Order: sequence, then C-alpha cells, then structure tokens
Amino acid sequence: MSNDLHVDAPEGLPFIDISREFDAPVHRVFEAHAEPELVAQWMGPRELSMDISEWDFVSGGRWAYVSTAPDGSQFAFRGMFHTVRPDEFTIQTFEFEGYPDVVAIESLTFEDLGGRTRISIHSVYPTVEARDGMVASGMEGGVDVGYQRLDELLA
Amino acid sequence: MDADDRLDRAFVALGDPVRRRIIARLSRGPATVGELAAPFEISLQAVSKHIGVLEHAELVTRTRDAQRRPVHLNPGALEELTAWIDRYRLIHEQRFRALDALLAPSDEGPDAGPVQQQEDRS
Repeated sequence: MSNDLHVDAPEGLPFIDISREFDAPVHRVFEAHAEPELVAQWMGPRELSMDISEWDFVSGGRWAYVSTAPDGSQFAFRGMFHTVRPDEFTIQTFEFEGYPDVVAIESLTFEDLGGRTRISIHSVYPTVEARDGMVASGMEGGVDVGYQRLDELLA
Repeated sequence: MDADDRLDRAFVALGDPVRRRIIARLSRGPATVGELAAPFEISLQAVSKHIGVLEHAELVTRTRDAQRRPVHLNPGALEELTAWIDRYRLIHEQRFRALDALLAPSDEGPDAGPVQQQEDRS
C-alpha cells in the first residue's frame, strides 16, 4: 500500500495543492529533494530520462533540467529556489520552456510526523487559464503512456 | 460527440508536442495559422493539419467568416478536460512512488548509507 496522494485544483482559482506522506524521516525526504543525483531518480516520469544541468538547492539557487522522451522529444524546465530552509520549507519558481514566460510559484512544506513526513505543495499560477493550459500542454511523456500507467495503478 | 469521446479526442490531440505548443500559444490569445506556424520549421499545411486535429477535438475554433480566420482556444473545452487533473495526479503518483522506493530502508542495514540506490524503476 502506498500513502494517499491528495491533489486539489480549485475551480476558478489558479492554484494546485498536493500533499502526500512518506514513511521516512524528514531529513531523508528533504535530502531526496536537495541532492540532484537523488532527484533524478524519482522526480521525472519514469519513461523519460531527466538530465539536470543545475540544481543549487539553497536560497537564491538555480535549477534547470531537460526531460527526454523515448521518441527523442525534449521538455525543458527551469526556475530558482527563492527560499530553502532545510527539513522545513522551500519556495521555488517553475517554468516549462514550452510555455515560456508563464511562471508558477511553488511552496513546499516538509512536516515532521516523528519518523514519517508529510509534504505539502502549493502551486500558484498567473491565471486559471495558465494553470490549465500549462498543465495540459506541459504533460510530458505522452497521454497513452499515462493511461497505461493508470491501468497499472488501478490493477 | 459524448463527453468520453471528446475527452479521448482531446487527449489524442494533446499527445503531440506541436499541438501542445499551439494550445500553449493560443492560451495567450487568438492567432492566425501563419502566426501559429511561425515558430515551427514545418509547412503551413502541416500546421493547418495540426489545427484541424485540435478543431476536431473541439479544443480550438476558427471564425468562419473573417478573412484572417484567427484560431481561438475553446476555453470551455480545456475546462471540460477535468482529466488533466487526473493526469497531473497520475504523474505525481508515479513520482512519489519512485520517491517511496528511494526512501525505503536499505536491506544492508543502517550502515549502507542514507539513501538506497534504486536499481529498477519499472
């Protein structure tokens, strides 16, 4: 059994909220976000390779990566870490280069549950249209693959 | 076309990177075929075909009478694409299960290092 994922995209508001618990202490969950060689192992969709060119997980640091699909199509993302407080809280910007100049601001809270950890992500987009358009257009990996995975998940 | 059908067509339509970029462009305002074709190194006809697919999926509309025939995003259609949130959820579900695997305690005991390398993500 995996922990429940909560995703909420309220109608009419340009936000997306995500929360999920992990069966690991907060410092390890934080480390999995902080170290690029660890990030590359989980953050990208599994059928895409994730090539991280920058990942400076400190306040004021930059990040950038390119995802490559099996068919060779590439999706570039970049942003900055505005605030990083270890084991506690981060704020970063997020831009999909296929949807330039639309920048989301994502805050990420790490909550110590005593050996377990809850992370909560609050993403703020410039407009509702940007949220829906960016999410719909920036869905790397292809829709078919997504549905296959959905079947696997539901199996 | 019923809702399921429309959703299927919309997702097929969005399964192509050129069409996703066209949608992304149109989400900032209407544009002519020529304007939509400008960033791509493909023919105007090819872009027209992509727009046809998007139109068929009811993601975009073209003004029939105007000479410029600008292409508009059908905002209702994207809103109806409630499934995008399912895909978003799916991607995060996948992502976080991979993180679960990464965080799983090592079989080699506490000295094996803070995080176990993941051999196989499939």
